Amino acid sequence: MASLKELKGRINSVKSTQKITKAKQMVAAAKLRKAQAAAEAARPYASRLAEVMGSLASKVAGQDNGPLLMRGTGSDKRHLLVVVNTDKGLCGGLNSNIVKEAKLQARALEAAGKTVTFYLVGKKGRAPIKRDYPNAIAENFDTSTVRTPGFDEASAIAREVIAMFEAGKFDVAHLIAPVFKSALAQDPVTTQLIPVPAPAATSEAGAVVEYEPSEEEILEELLPRYVTTKVFGALLEREASEQGASMTAMDNATRNAGDLIQKLTIQYNRSRQAAITTELIEIIAGAEAL
Amino acid sequence: MLHFELVTPARLVRSEEVHMVVVPGTDGEFGVLEGHAPFMSTVKDGSIKVYKSAGSTPEEIKVQGGFAEVGVNGLTVLAEHVEG
Repeated sequence: MASLKELKGRINSVKSTQKITKAKQMVAAAKLRKAQAAAEAARPYASRLAEVMGSLASKVAGQDNGPLLMRGTGSDKRHLLVVVNTDKGLCGGLNSNIVKEAKLQARALEAAGKTVTFYLVGKKGRAPIKRDYPNAIAENFDTSTVRTPGFDEASAIAREVIAMFEAGKFDVAHLIAPVFKSALAQDPVTTQLIPVPAPAATSEAGAVVEYEPSEEEILEELLPRYVTTKVFGALLEREASEQGASMTAMDNATRNAGDLIQKLTIQYNRSRQAAITTELIEIIAGAEAL
Repeated sequence: MLHFELVTPARLVRSEEVHMVVVPGTDGEFGVLEGHAPFMSTVKDGSIKVYKSAGSTPEEIKVQGGFAEVGVNGLTVLAEHVEG
């Protein structure tokens, strides 16, 4: 049985932990709103870009001399997995779910006889992936230096990945990132990044579109931008997912701390009463003996 | 009136009805009025001039990188960066 002083100390320590988790929860809730708004604001650009890509791709599709980013290297031996993790912890199972998905994909690819390398964005994916694939990590991209990763970071990542592709370091790239569904559910999703999957052709009836410069040149310029937008979208989703997961995890932690405090308080009161009772018995027994 | 939209990755900057927009295309500036034929062009760094009505002084918006698309819905400019 712990002494009264020890119990008091534990109660106080749990109380201060609860204060921290509560504060973190409220911060996450506020940031979540912002992150969600940012993710929504980015949608028009992405959908417009996809539309334009669709109409262009349908024109260039089927040609063998299309841009490299679209037709790929012609092989699919070497795969690159771009895994987007968060930089900070305290967000429940989010990062371990992402890592789990990445490892699942990697194992499936390796079972099919392909080689896998990783491009890691965010700090929290590094250690767990390095443990299983110590030699397969091509690059780490640090997003923790800026407060909210924006389009500049996304284009830096996309530039590096495209440079690696053009240098012939891999054939196919997939992007593994969380998709924010709600504060309770953020599922990691794998999408193909390179070669850029040909979007469903939108058939614009009749209208002949003029291009300046040519279709091929526009497409050439568009594809890297498309990759960037994909990465940017992933970063925004990550931000929202992180805050959502953090909010839920901290809410649970706060509630657990509350339960624990209650239990400890009951225990504390019981032992205090027991101590008083023993003292009383001693006094009464002493009085009776006289 | 021409429906003009200016979109960046971060947000929808403009969505409004205007008279004419002059866009700095890679192969030269071009103006877009209502009923322009379907057209697509890359945009070089420079400023887009927005004419609210015929003969009014244009409002200039500096943009960096991107492309412009003219379709049945009007003009859409997708720019990487917009100043201001």
